[in-house]
Amino acid sequence: MRSSEAHPLTRWIPLRRFLAQSWVLGLLGLVTVLLFWFLATASGAVDSLFLPSPHVVWQAGQSQWQSGLLVKDAVASIQRVFIGFALSAGLALPMGIAMGSNLTICRLLEPLMALIRYMPAPAFIPLLIIYFGLEELPKVLLIFIGTFFFNTLMIMDAVKFVPSELVETALTLGGRGLPILTRVVAPYIAPQVFDTYRINMASAWNLVIVAELVAANEGLGKRISLAQRFLRTDDIFVGLIVIGLVGLTIDLGFRFLMRKACAWAN
Amino acid sequence: MHLQVSAVCKSFGYGSNAKQVLDTINLDLHSGQFLALVGSSGSGKSTIMRLIAGLDRPSSGEIRFDGQLVRGPGAERGMVFQKYSLYPWLTAAQNVAFGMELQGRSRAEIRERTAYFLEVVDLVDSARLLPRELSGGMQQRVAIARALAAEPKLLLLDEPFGALDLQIRESMQEFLYQLWQRTGLAALLITHDLEEAMLLAQQVHILAPRPGRIVRSIALPSDRSNLAHLRVSPAFLELREDLARTLRSLDGALVS
Ligand SMILES: Nc1ncnc2c1ncn2[C@@H]1O[C@H](COP(=O)(O)OP(=O)(O)OP(=O)(O)O)[C@@H](O)[C@H]1O
Ligand SMILES: [Mg+2]
Repeated sequence: MRSSEAHPLTRWIPLRRFLAQSWVLGLLGLVTVLLFWFLATASGAVDSLFLPSPHVVWQAGQSQWQSGLLVKDAVASIQRVFIGFALSAGLALPMGIAMGSNLTICRLLEPLMALIRYMPAPAFIPLLIIYFGLEELPKVLLIFIGTFFFNTLMIMDAVKFVPSELVETALTLGGRGLPILTRVVAPYIAPQVFDTYRINMASAWNLVIVAELVAANEGLGKRISLAQRFLRTDDIFVGLIVIGLVGLTIDLGFRFLMRKACAWAN
Repeated sequence: MHLQVSAVCKSFGYGSNAKQVLDTINLDLHSGQFLALVGSSGSGKSTIMRLIAGLDRPSSGEIRFDGQLVRGPGAERGMVFQKYSLYPWLTAAQNVAFGMELQGRSRAEIRERTAYFLEVVDLVDSARLLPRELSGGMQQRVAIARALAAEPKLLLLDEPFGALDLQIRESMQEFLYQLWQRTGLAALLITHDLEEAMLLAQQVHILAPRPGRIVRSIALPSDRSNLAHLRVSPAFLELREDLARTLRSLDGALVS
């Protein structure tokens, strides 16, 4: 028996445990990409106009930060997303619940919504500009159009899957009407609603950038399209990275909220 | 309390797809009575229960509760479902309190009655646990406490112990029997377990399938000082075998 020496397969267990933690591998992936980026630019293999080095991008970011442009752009974009999405989320919730719990309303609206859902929201931009000009309203409405139908239909589905026993139990306990919706349906679908919002928030974030690329005075998308005009790839990279980071932060925020509010569902 | 089910039929579907599930069901149930319905799977047991609870309408015939036609669900007819139906986001205590909150009772009353009924089902220590942290038997006890706390005049139990293993089922039967004796509630128990029905109920109706109809009704002796003893007493076993033959012949009839 070779008891003193660890088996070759078990020797690596601590390392595997370390790697098994999800953040470790995530970080590894990120670092690898950064490393390749650095090597590609440092070796001179790629023209620095096409691919600015990490260092140059960092400096561009710093100068945007110091001039206050970065914050101003980010605030403008985030504001649009939040107003448009709040409108969409706020209306989709009662609408989705109504469609999910009432067959008539569902039959009336579902085909219409399913149709509109397949119209790409950016295709509405020309119309929105004709109707509402170049101010904030068309951008907010674009985000609304791009997320409202998805939000509504996903919430409707969540409502349809509320187990009938839960509703019927409430009925046999003497409940009826609105309290059934607020005390049974709403809490049951809450985790799915959070998840719906989290997923569709990503499209809201995409759409605001698209809207700003087309027409805007400020915003992260506007900054990118300006940078393109002056071939400032470093500024484009700054924009892309910031957009990603803000989006990720919002995503994590939703996950955090869901964990706090719906501990029972985890 | 008086429940009258008179000549109730129930079909699902329309036209050539119509399927009769219940055929001319008659039942009578008074305060303090414990009635059981026994039938094989698919014989329409849950359907009867849902009609009495007011969750479905009969195709013909009528159901009266204290003389009033049943038109929908109401708190006077409490129900414990076949499948676990606790609210997963509420603790055991909050589940028990749920019906009373819907009824708009005062906070003090809710607190007091919740504590009392948790005590009745012996779950005081688990008051703050979520359903997923409770065993199957504990969950069903919470469901029973929740139904009782809403103060029904009639308790409808749809195979409440069907998903539990044998040992827990026996202790739950003991528990339910004592509960019924203590509260003097009217109860209608649905089960496919003949022994369960015979142990607990004063009267057992046997349901034949396709379409569901009552083919035999038996009144049972009322001496049950000791359920464990009763389970193995010769007279009990003999009657049980007799009824089991009836059930088997009903199932055989559909094969031939
Ligand atoms: N909503 C419905 N629509 C159509 N058919 C139904 C409906 N509900 C029940 N049935 C049919 O009625 C029959 C009886 O169903 P029911 O649920 O009452 O049986 P059960 O005796 O409770 O069975 P189990 O012991 O399996 O619970 C079944 O054949 C079922 O398919
Ligand atoms: Mg059933």
